Amino acid sequence: MASLNVANREIVSGAAPISVSVHRKVFPPVGDRPAQLVLKDISFEVSPRSFLVITGPSGCGKSTLLNIMAGLDRDYDGSVDLGPARDRLAFIFQTPRLLPWRTVYENISLALPDGDPRQSRIAAMLERVGLGQAMNAYPERLSLGMQRRAALARGFILEPEILLMDEPFVSLDEQTAQSLRDLLLELWHSHPTTVIFVTHDRTEAIQLGTRILRLAPGKASVMQDVTIDLTEAQRHDRAAVLAEQNRIFAA
Amino acid sequence: MAPISTRIFSTPKPIAAPLGFTAVLERLAWMAGSLLALAVLWQLIAVYVQNKYLPTPITVFDVLWRESASGDLWINTSATLARVAVAFVVSMFIGTAIGLALGRFKTADKFFDAWLILFLNLPALVTITLCYIWFGLTDIAAITAVALNKIPNVAVNMREGARSLSKDLDEMAKIYKFGWWKTLRHVTLPQLAPFFAASARSGLSLVWKIVLVVEAFGRSSGVGYRLSIAFQEFDVSTILAYALAFILIVQAIEFLLLQPLQARVSAWRR
Ligand SMILES: Nc1ncnc2c1ncn2[C@@H]1O[C@H](COP(=O)(O)OP(=O)(O)OP(=O)(O)O)[C@@H](O)[C@H]1O
Ligand SMILES: [Mg+2]
Repeated sequence: MASLNVANREIVSGAAPISVSVHRKVFPPVGDRPAQLVLKDISFEVSPRSFLVITGPSGCGKSTLLNIMAGLDRDYDGSVDLGPARDRLAFIFQTPRLLPWRTVYENISLALPDGDPRQSRIAAMLERVGLGQAMNAYPERLSLGMQRRAALARGFILEPEILLMDEPFVSLDEQTAQSLRDLLLELWHSHPTTVIFVTHDRTEAIQLGTRILRLAPGKASVMQDVTIDLTEAQRHDRAAVLAEQNRIFAA
Repeated sequence: MAPISTRIFSTPKPIAAPLGFTAVLERLAWMAGSLLALAVLWQLIAVYVQNKYLPTPITVFDVLWRESASGDLWINTSATLARVAVAFVVSMFIGTAIGLALGRFKTADKFFDAWLILFLNLPALVTITLCYIWFGLTDIAAITAVALNKIPNVAVNMREGARSLSKDLDEMAKIYKFGWWKTLRHVTLPQLAPFFAASARSGLSLVWKIVLVVEAFGRSSGVGYRLSIAFQEFDVSTILAYALAFILIVQAIEFLLLQPLQARVSAWRR
């Protein structure tokens, strides 16, 4: 696994891989809705600094899986080991989850400890995600896409070692989305980051990932687990991406 | 599917949005105009009826002037205001603590819900008489009686606030390592602020009304005490004069303190 055809994209260091193993995740019954088995026998390892893309139909349990990995949901059978990197984890949620009563700038600033040197880079980061003008606005007065970008800035500013992202680029125009993908890759290159990235966009999956995990509908289990076989140059080549996409999703 | 945004839908909207200067002036003009009309109507009826139990507004202002010149007005209103302030702070504090605990712990909520309903429906007169009988005719008893009437209201309100706390934001705070203090200050309290403000505003009017009753029953100072004396003498002018004075004071607190405060904590709203 983690073949070196992705050369400088994946530096396999000596660090321990992340290992995830969820035997069963059941949501208890709510009202007249019966208990629901959402995840079943999902186990995989993620090597450090790799870029794992997770796809699967809506409602199959992707967000649930990320919540478990982030340690937000501890009510499941199984185990998750993030290794020492667990202390530097950022989670870009499926919704922006900004504090409506704090400005965009304050929202980012609060994610960092007081007096942290990274505090001085907030303005530049907001500039990078195209929110330079909206720094002092309250989130509810921004468009959903702008709120999403603020949430991205909040995750990126941490320079995390593990970055969980739940469909981060939806509801953005293609050009903005592309510039944010570039920003993500830049961050990924400059810091030792392991990215777990949920998306429905197949092209995006192929462009970004080093590996794809496809979850089956219904009780999610791993349907397919493949390494993406593209060089850095090929990722910018439409035809190559399309060919790889066909190879993987034909299965 | 997850919700589209983490907006908090269930918070009560502020009753008065922050107003511009001209809007404030217009509102004041309307208020003054309609109150003036009421005074004129009252004067006309009083002159027509010619009954000593329905004094004219001019007589009432006269009495107000006399009471304030003799100092009685100030002694009595300040005694009442002090009791209102203490009772208000105590009941907001205890009510908030109880409400948050009930909103947080389900078992406690199930158990104490019946108690809350009981206290909510306990007539003010019952708590007042019982407090005086059990604790004597003291200020402590008076304030306890008022607080017992107000606490259930605050608790119910704050419990609603605690129940509607956003789990999404809580998880966000956890991921980004806010710690308890930052979470309390930037995540939890801002969500509770509208509920607190609503309790405070309804609380103030309830508390001062009950304080008057408590004073009439068993204190020898305060507006309530003065009103009970006036009642024994069937002195309607004094009753109306004190009522007027107190309405003015409470309105001033509402207008100068509570409304600006509420406008400030809701500045972020669309
Ligand atoms: N708190 C909850 N209580 C009960 N059931 C839940 C809860 N959260 C999610 N579910 C259920 O678990 C299943 C998986 O939800 P999840 O949000 O993980 O899906 P998803 O794969 O992220 O979907 P999408 O692509 O639409 O975001 C759904 O059927 C959902 O109804
Ligand atoms: Mg999801």
